[in-house]
Amino acid sequence: MMTQGMFENYFLPGVWITIQVTLCGAVLAAAVAFAVGALRTSRLWVLRFLSGCYFELFRGMSSLVLMFWLVFSLPLIFRWQLVPMFAGVLALGLTYGAYGSEVVRGALAAVPAAQREAGVALGFTRLQRLRRIEIPQAWPEMVPPFNNLLIELLKGTALVSTITVADMTYAGNLVRLGSNESAPVYTLLLVLYFVLAFVLTRGMRVLERHAKSRVGQAPPRGGSLWSRLAPRERAGEGAGALTAGAAPGMASGTVGGGAA
Amino acid sequence: MSWDWDVVDAFLPRFWDGVLVTLQALALGSLIAFALGLVWALAQRSRLALVRWPVNAVTEFIRDTPLLVQLFFLYYVVPEWGPSMSALTTGIVGLGLHYSTYIAEVYRAGIDGVPAGQWEAATALSLPRRRTWRAVILPQAVRRVVPALGNYVIAMLKDSPMIAVVGALDMFGEARGFSDATFTTEAYTIVGVAFLAIAYPASLLVRALERRLAVTR
Repeated sequence: MMTQGMFENYFLPGVWITIQVTLCGAVLAAAVAFAVGALRTSRLWVLRFLSGCYFELFRGMSSLVLMFWLVFSLPLIFRWQLVPMFAGVLALGLTYGAYGSEVVRGALAAVPAAQREAGVALGFTRLQRLRRIEIPQAWPEMVPPFNNLLIELLKGTALVSTITVADMTYAGNLVRLGSNESAPVYTLLLVLYFVLAFVLTRGMRVLERHAKSRVGQAPPRGGSLWSRLAPRERAGEGAGALTAGAAPGMASGTVGGGAA
Repeated sequence: MSWDWDVVDAFLPRFWDGVLVTLQALALGSLIAFALGLVWALAQRSRLALVRWPVNAVTEFIRDTPLLVQLFFLYYVVPEWGPSMSALTTGIVGLGLHYSTYIAEVYRAGIDGVPAGQWEAATALSLPRRRTWRAVILPQAVRRVVPALGNYVIAMLKDSPMIAVVGALDMFGEARGFSDATFTTEAYTIVGVAFLAIAYPASLLVRALERRLAVTR
């Protein structure tokens, strides 16, 4: 019989591990997505080619097989052994980073060419253009597909149970083995995943609204999430000002190379 | 530890068996997903809220929960109520059911993509509802839908190793069984390479289809 103790002793720690794996995987995936996505729009064909290879390689790979490969087969080539939790996060981050890079690439490609040219005219470097012009404008395009990827990533974390990471699926399997009651165990598991996915979607929706309101001229109520994270770029100094044609940075001489 | 080619030789016969099982699961799983997806998509357009609402809820739930746990559910829970299925059957049903919910969305988008004028023309010709679907809407929806279906078949290929967790002997299941029995791990590399060898040409094929069937308006 499923008891109170089972939930507290097995499922709850499992939920926490699942959340940890999801968050770490998402951070790694986001870093990979932006790096690879930006490289795929590079002017140098070598960078485009290598980042394209990365995309094809990890898009074609099964994350379950990748996890097993990292844990078991990798030590045949290199001498170090990965901790299962790290291997799981790595496999998820690399796989979903590849999917995310396509989102980033697509959104960057949708930014009007004139915006890029304006950045060049202002003497921005490639990185400055990405950070201050292209990514802020592409961001609202990226949020909804990132939201979907995050849900897929959350579902993908169930795989880490197969390489002995004690996430909630692992806990569920343990409880089934111990109690021989499979119906309540797996129903509870499915509901837990659904609730987590629901909470994540809601959280991302807030981000989506902020991203949308940032594109318009008026600052959102209570200040945008972005402005709280990076107070320097508050209203008037971000991408909105550049699209309006007035670059306050020019006047104060902070734009590199412009004043010479 | 180091790489041992003898292990690879010993694994190869089982590997080919596994490839056949993977392809079988993929083919049958896709058939179930295509058919069931159409059922969901049509039910979601039903005029009865009593049909739409539960179908939406169920597909949403299936889409937002992990395939791995669904497979455990099908394998361990369903036999308590009904017939028990073999591991491979469970895997095929699980893959088909899970992906049918994604494919329903594809069909929905494809059907919504048919210009409204086509519906109006069918009404003007007073075609019956069934005939409108068969002769006007579906043929036009198909070319919008086929490339997306191809992408989901590739996604299903990448999820297919999960059926090994309930004991199906697809290429990953064979690799796991072999590795556990012989205390070697080369098999995982072979299977990894095999995935790339199938998925990359398949993705090129889908891209070619995309270009060929592109709707230009």
